[in-house]
Amino acid sequence: MNIIVCMKQVIDLEQIRIKPTTREPVVEGLPLLFGDFEKCALEEAVRIKETQGGKVTVLAVGSPKLKDTIKEALAIGADEAIILTDSIFQDSDAMGSARALGKSIEKIGEYDLILLGDSSADEYSGEIPPRIAELLDLPQVGFVRELELLSDDSQAATARKIRVVRDLEDALEMVELDLPAVVGVTSELNSPRLAPLSAILKAGRKPLHEWSPEDIGVTADDVGANASVVETLSNLAPIQDRKGILYEDVEEGVAEVVKALQQEGVLTQ
Amino acid sequence: MNGIIVYSELEETALRLLTKGRELASELDKPLSVALLGDLAGCQTDTYFAHGATQAYIGDDPALTHFQARTYASALAQAVAQAEADIILIGSTRRGRELAPRLAQKLSAGCITDAIGLTCQDDRLVVERRALGGNTVSTKVITSPQQVVAVMPKLYDPEPGTAGGNEVIPVSLDLEQTTTRVQEQRSKKAGVANLEEAEILVGVGRGLNDKDDLSMIQSLVDSMGGMLGCTRPISHEDHWLPEDQMIGLSGKESSPQLYLAIGVSGQIQHTVGIMNAKVIVAINNDKNAPIFKIADYGIVGDLYQVVPKLIDRLQRELGR
Repeated sequence: MNIIVCMKQVIDLEQIRIKPTTREPVVEGLPLLFGDFEKCALEEAVRIKETQGGKVTVLAVGSPKLKDTIKEALAIGADEAIILTDSIFQDSDAMGSARALGKSIEKIGEYDLILLGDSSADEYSGEIPPRIAELLDLPQVGFVRELELLSDDSQAATARKIRVVRDLEDALEMVELDLPAVVGVTSELNSPRLAPLSAILKAGRKPLHEWSPEDIGVTADDVGANASVVETLSNLAPIQDRKGILYEDVEEGVAEVVKALQQEGVLTQ
Repeated sequence: MNGIIVYSELEETALRLLTKGRELASELDKPLSVALLGDLAGCQTDTYFAHGATQAYIGDDPALTHFQARTYASALAQAVAQAEADIILIGSTRRGRELAPRLAQKLSAGCITDAIGLTCQDDRLVVERRALGGNTVSTKVITSPQQVVAVMPKLYDPEPGTAGGNEVIPVSLDLEQTTTRVQEQRSKKAGVANLEEAEILVGVGRGLNDKDDLSMIQSLVDSMGGMLGCTRPISHEDHWLPEDQMIGLSGKESSPQLYLAIGVSGQIQHTVGIMNAKVIVAINNDKNAPIFKIADYGIVGDLYQVVPKLIDRLQRELGR
């Protein structure tokens, strides 16, 4: 079974600082990593390959730092990586990123399953899986927390169907899909492995391709800032006006906090 | 193209969006309609009209029996075309989050999911959503001819207004046979606690050593007349509490009078769920825990010492 895993490098969100005067986030120079949902998508792909055979290709669009970031995916078990780092792709909106990924998937050509994190750790918009599915005219299912391959014919080398459990607000839904399909997963799916050191060292020897806009047939009319149809007017930390009174003595703290909460009138029911 | 159309698979959410839609429709001078697809097509339309819809676009088809984003996006696109709508408001439920971007891609339109604010400025729809893992709120506008916005399902209160109209318009749907089959639905046990409406909310995190210690926390919750929630690891990794008690991104958001964080480090994915609390109190043994940065009051100390003392004090002060 050939699986494509789309991944997005995101800055380490725990390390973001906010400029107190302007409420702007400081994101420059922060380490880049993959989100939990995406690591689960990759883990699932590698597990399927380990039992069924086939190939796992990771695909990502982002800054040139992807050349380093993507090595973690190769170390975890992807066979090959394709990255889109040309400056033309930078500042794409979700539609632009989906186009770049969709065109790349068409160029890869042979695939049975496309796995992604249901939403990215930074924007959490969940736009990429449905948009890719629409571009490729494939069925999609999101919020997937269990995935199982189905084979009607035990002789068949490759499963043509999967059964997933989709985690909705009110119900868990068991859904059967014909492949190929686009599946967005959440972190309940599995516990991703850590790449062993030996694999990290070997990851550099696995094929890593950088595809240009020409390679996948897109221009600045399709991707990047010019093609973007969502304009960000501002991006600021919410105004937080907290008192920040800290007690290091437990007895005093308990007494003072209860008194303060009574004065604030938040304890009365 | 000139019109706002509302869709949600939940009637209540559709009514909330219509209530807000009335305001937007009047400011942007656009007609307001609602799309009722699948099961909803057979429902009474009066309540939608009472909340401001001028037209109800109604479509049903066997392919709509179960929600599948591909089929529902096709159906909604056909309703949108018939309504000639340029602003599509969808409830940002999980189904809505799968539907909205797929519809947007069909329409070559920009999309914003999980919107937490809608306003009109200079005849444009301005949308707020969280960004950078909850660290920031970004303000955005969509510049494509059509725009798809998925709005947090409970953002606006539903209020009936002057009836917009009563025109029921059938949409004759042309849908492909679906290749996905819903085989079974296992209903989740309805959440005991409706955290969104808590006035006093207590959140517990990884500082708790053992599941059995939850009884101590519950005593505190009971003495305050509050509700108990938790961080993602407690519900999704340790499974000490049901998943619907998770507070934060992809979980519950709440605007209580008081949020009390116990053994919660204060990662942004969690705190984003309680940012709107009037008062935030934190108990943590690490003086440098990020939770203290957003707290009004903090007690640095072992929660196993602090919580019993707090219960004792509250019982004395409140007579509970």
